[in-house]
Amino acid sequence: MSEKSGSDRLRSWTEAELGLPGRVLEVVRAPDPVLATAGEPVDPTSPETVQLAADLVATMRVSPGCVGLAAQQVGVAAQVFCVDVSAHPKARTCHDTFVLCNAEVLESSRNERAREGCMSVPDFTGDVKRASRLVVRGRLPGSGEEVTVATDAFEARALQHEIDHCQGLLFLDRVAGAHAVHPRQTYL
Amino acid sequence: MTTARLYAVTVLGHDRPGIIAGTTAGLAGLGLNIEDSTMTLLRGHFAMMLLCSTVGSGEPVEASDIERALAPLTADGDLDVSVRPVTDEPTPSSAASSWVLTVHGGDRPGIVSAVAQEVASFGGNITDLTTRLSGDLYLLVAELDLPAGADASAVEAAIKAAAQQVGVTATLRAAESDDL
Repeated sequence: MSEKSGSDRLRSWTEAELGLPGRVLEVVRAPDPVLATAGEPVDPTSPETVQLAADLVATMRVSPGCVGLAAQQVGVAAQVFCVDVSAHPKARTCHDTFVLCNAEVLESSRNERAREGCMSVPDFTGDVKRASRLVVRGRLPGSGEEVTVATDAFEARALQHEIDHCQGLLFLDRVAGAHAVHPRQTYL
Repeated sequence: MTTARLYAVTVLGHDRPGIIAGTTAGLAGLGLNIEDSTMTLLRGHFAMMLLCSTVGSGEPVEASDIERALAPLTADGDLDVSVRPVTDEPTPSSAASSWVLTVHGGDRPGIVSAVAQEVASFGGNITDLTTRLSGDLYLLVAELDLPAGADASAVEAAIKAAAQQVGVTATLRAAESDDL
């Protein structure tokens, strides 16, 4: 599948394709060990994966400011995450809501440094350098279709953050230096 | 012409507005020049260290002069000020490589010690260190130099093993600098 057709497919995807309602799950916080556990590849067509995908979207929807959620953040060490940066002012290319399984980065370039936070690390933000041009390949939950998609800017950052979660890494593992972690009082 | 002297001034204690203003006014009044300095809040406690030189000032300045000038800061009894002369040692240049280390996990005593021991055992030098405790999450971020020829993957493996012993995870990566 080309990047263009992958992009179109991802943009047309909605959680309605999953065919079942998602449950709102509790978001786990560091130092829960599941956040440091690399996820196993999943069968994107299995009922468990479809339910997990629906749950991730449902949990993201009810969390203010949340632009993405990985399986580890709801206590499951698996390579599944959802993203939706459509309401974020720093987004350029945007594929609205989608879930990817077994996602991997194929190409990355144009590193930019920016401050990021995480629902699972609510007390800190950190300055992290990430690629602002990205090509990712993954599979859609339910159908199991493989999609390859190019994106940029904030959606690229969100994808790298979530793929890191699936590998058991937090943004804390990527901060630029000893003065690149900042305390905060509330999660925005 | 007097010989330049360098003093390390540390100010520690309960935070309130005006500590830096008060400290630097006292130093400026003696004609001291502030060189490198750092200040932060540690759990709400004020912590500052300044290196001040006497270059450009006319009269020789003694440590006791600085202590006297800063005495008003300590009047309330909630701040400690110390002054001591230091030698102006040039930073040794080396072919070392620079790295960033992150360690995080559940809080318990001994995490920093376990990790720092491993860094030291490879001749690594920690050049900057921040640790934070928030709830049960303990976080350490360190910048470190490894000697030329050090096997970074062996260092990382040793640090990861030591971290695992105390129930935390560690990540070591090259410090990126973009030279323009």
